[in-house]
Amino acid sequence: MRYLPLTDTDRHSMLATIGAKSIDDLFVDVPAEARLPGPIAGLPNHASEMAVERHFSNLARQNMAASHHPFFLGAGAYKHHVPATVDHIIQRGEFLTAYTPYQPEIAQGTLQMLFEFQTQVARLFGCDVANASMYDGSTACWEAISMAGRVTKRKKAVLSSGLHPHYVSVAKTMAHFTGDTLDTALPSLAAVTDADRLLAAIDDETSCVVVQYPDILGRIADLGEIAAKAHAHGALLIAVVTEPVALGAIRSPGEMGADIVVGEGQSIGVGLQFGGPYVGLFACKEKFVRQMPGRLCGETVDATGKRGFVLTLSTREQHIRREKATSNICTNAGLCALAFSIHMTLLGERGLRDLATLNHANAVRAAERLSAVPGVTLLNDSFFNEFTLKLSKPARPVVHALAAQGILGGVSLGRLFPDASELENGLVIAVTETVTEDDIEALAAALQEALA
Amino acid sequence: MTINQSGWRPEMGANSDSDVATYTGNRALMLEEALIFEIGTTDTTGVDIAPAPKVASRLGGLGRNTGIGLPGLSEPETVRHYTRLSRQNYAIDLGLFPLGSCTMKHNPRLNEKVARMAGFADVHPLQPQETVQGALAVIQELAVWLIELTGMYGVAMAPKAGAHGELCGILCIKAALEARGEDRPVILVPESAHGTNPATAAFAGFRVENIPATAEGRVDLAALKARLGPDVAGVMITNPNTCGLFERDMKAISDAVHAAGGYVYCDGANFNAIVGRVRPGDLGIDAMHINLHKTFSTPHGGGGPGSGPVVLSEALAPFGPIPFVSLMKDGTYKLVEEESAGELHPQTFGRMAAFHGQMGMFTRALSYILSHGADGLRQVAEDAVLNANYILRSLEDVLEAPFAASGPCMHEALFSDNGLAEGFSTLDIAKGLIDEGFHPMTVYFPLVVHGAMLVEPTETESKATLDQFIGALRSVARRARQGDAALKSAPHFAPRHRLDETLAARKPVLVWKEAELAQAAE
Repeated sequence: MRYLPLTDTDRHSMLATIGAKSIDDLFVDVPAEARLPGPIAGLPNHASEMAVERHFSNLARQNMAASHHPFFLGAGAYKHHVPATVDHIIQRGEFLTAYTPYQPEIAQGTLQMLFEFQTQVARLFGCDVANASMYDGSTACWEAISMAGRVTKRKKAVLSSGLHPHYVSVAKTMAHFTGDTLDTALPSLAAVTDADRLLAAIDDETSCVVVQYPDILGRIADLGEIAAKAHAHGALLIAVVTEPVALGAIRSPGEMGADIVVGEGQSIGVGLQFGGPYVGLFACKEKFVRQMPGRLCGETVDATGKRGFVLTLSTREQHIRREKATSNICTNAGLCALAFSIHMTLLGERGLRDLATLNHANAVRAAERLSAVPGVTLLNDSFFNEFTLKLSKPARPVVHALAAQGILGGVSLGRLFPDASELENGLVIAVTETVTEDDIEALAAALQEALA
Repeated sequence: MTINQSGWRPEMGANSDSDVATYTGNRALMLEEALIFEIGTTDTTGVDIAPAPKVASRLGGLGRNTGIGLPGLSEPETVRHYTRLSRQNYAIDLGLFPLGSCTMKHNPRLNEKVARMAGFADVHPLQPQETVQGALAVIQELAVWLIELTGMYGVAMAPKAGAHGELCGILCIKAALEARGEDRPVILVPESAHGTNPATAAFAGFRVENIPATAEGRVDLAALKARLGPDVAGVMITNPNTCGLFERDMKAISDAVHAAGGYVYCDGANFNAIVGRVRPGDLGIDAMHINLHKTFSTPHGGGGPGSGPVVLSEALAPFGPIPFVSLMKDGTYKLVEEESAGELHPQTFGRMAAFHGQMGMFTRALSYILSHGADGLRQVAEDAVLNANYILRSLEDVLEAPFAASGPCMHEALFSDNGLAEGFSTLDIAKGLIDEGFHPMTVYFPLVVHGAMLVEPTETESKATLDQFIGALRSVARRARQGDAALKSAPHFAPRHRLDETLAARKPVLVWKEAELAQAAE
């Protein structure tokens, strides 16, 4: 077996050193009834690299890859071009095959990268500090709600109807077991967000208000008024960003008064990967830093006075605080954070702004073209690279019909909100820099046919 | 030209190399690297982006009107920056990485190749299901083998790392108790458990109580039995445990917990010791997470991403999370989400992450399982245990091994700091190993042993590597016993000397600031 270096000669000599007659002597503590007598049922014996690769090639071919088709899906995961440099660097063994940097003297590469990542995320979100990553946007969102509860010592969170329904589901799962109260609502097919509902719901029991920006339907609304009302009642504003590229074009949530900003970092550097692994982004105001979940990298000096980096404030964390920790998170998304950070370094502020401008321009052109299709109305007044169309019939069958023609034509609200029949005509369309004019024309033509 | 007539390497001089100052601060291949914020500018970019067509903005009047402060680098500068950083890292590709309970084994490159196939890496989680049948098949195929390997009833593939898997299992227990109409507020956790266990139970709203260990490092069955009662929801037990020992009484523990109406959670971090030889399902386990980034070789990436599928017993499987993949009668794969859960999985506790698990880790783990096959996986456990015992018996005369007398260890060998010279500690041994070119073992864990050193070599190390490691650790241990002062200031040859962690925590600097801002903040 190609991954196992020991030879039978090695094994015999090592058993002799140990003083054991056979390998079974080393498993003596396993009771006889717990020992599996034979091989695992049904699993073939070891296979060559070529055979395994062939198996996966056959399965991979059964999927429609985004790059091979006109592609318009978003709703929490976005297709952007990832520079070749990113994947090259994250495959360097020194990054790929390192552990969490517990021994900082020989992990400065990972630690300095995390320090840079934290700074990039904090600046992008308009916050003071950021952590070294979470699993993904949805779990980062619950962690933020949980943190707001610790900060305010309250247990009621008000969630915008524009928050990704999967993020709402995750919060509902957790709140059910922790006893937190969530004030939630379904979105409506309207150009305006539910800011009025949120403002009305904030009271002295509220721990936080959670608003996605841009929201699940692609709408962009100022967070300033909600922040002011929340703060007046001692509550926190949590902003959720599922498309960080947007922040190259629009104001950051931190600027508008958000106390905690979380997000999904997938769209920068990570790729679609059928839903994971992704990278959760988590940033907040400095005064809350000791309530933050997850790893934090900090600057310090070594014994000779040289600058260096370490994991720090670990008295918040599970391996020190155990049941009193701020979160149970341990392994997070280090390599995806690296991918995010490399891509962001390649872009720089100028590249990010240019990328955002191109995304927005492509989206505006697509919105204009698609809303000219009979039976299609554009819902949004405002949007970045994603908007919602109201179709003259339910969108789910339309999406399947488009797929049959080789077009991956958006996410139906029926898929996202299966219980809300009033939303079933909604279709969320994302248009990034990867979408061509031909793609837009192909989608327009196919939509016209499907709605005829 | 002067020729060295003797043919021998000339004398290098008496001075220590460290006395030689260089202009750059570099040491040949050891290159210092500034932060991107110090070398980049906001006007520099390493990406050529096509000019955008002119359109009327639809940004709702919220267009950015302030700078962000994100520096950019050209492509060559970017490649150099990260390549230089990478060389300041230790990694399994460079050498033995014997972190106990972390299972740092070789990461096969075939896994990287298959994970990057466009059909897996370039598909969106919300694509119509008929367009992702091959990806769903991968999830299902991996699920089947995880069930077979563990002898369990079902598996939840959604959890994104080990601790997230623990949360999944604990939520299943909560949901099962709720379905029974019982409120049991307590979870029992051994003192030797990973910190994630009590943290997870608390995160899910349980109260945590410790259960003691016996003198030989295993769960005290009598004490456990005495504590069981109607307020106990279950136990979280690591098996093999963090002392590197198999819990011989596991079945009796499970039976006692079940008899008292509770459930048994098993922390599967150490599954590598028993894969292919022992099935947790045969020991009465109700839920166990499997760290794909440990046993199944997906790379740890400097802190993730992980993946933590949770195998479940028949009692808990109905409560597992959505979404999950189901093979339908017509041979197609269906992703069971909110919409179909009512019909196909009505008792689910709900969703625990946005999409359907760590696909990029599933392809890698399945590639590993198929490469090894049934014979290879069994050999994995055997070689992992053999390597650990070889280390245990080759070192127990220079390092105290508190549980060595009670028999062989499983996949990791545990030592204590007993017998070191006054003022010398486990930390000094760890830092001494760095100078020898090895990553240190896990230190100060488990908490039940003073100055613990937990060594997990894994099965992917050759005997020659183990022998070199043993020689190095023997040397460092002897120096610590003799009180060699040079060990107190180790590492001497790493990119950094010992770092001031107290300073980092007392005055946290978590983001880079321009010099004048940093000074103003003082």
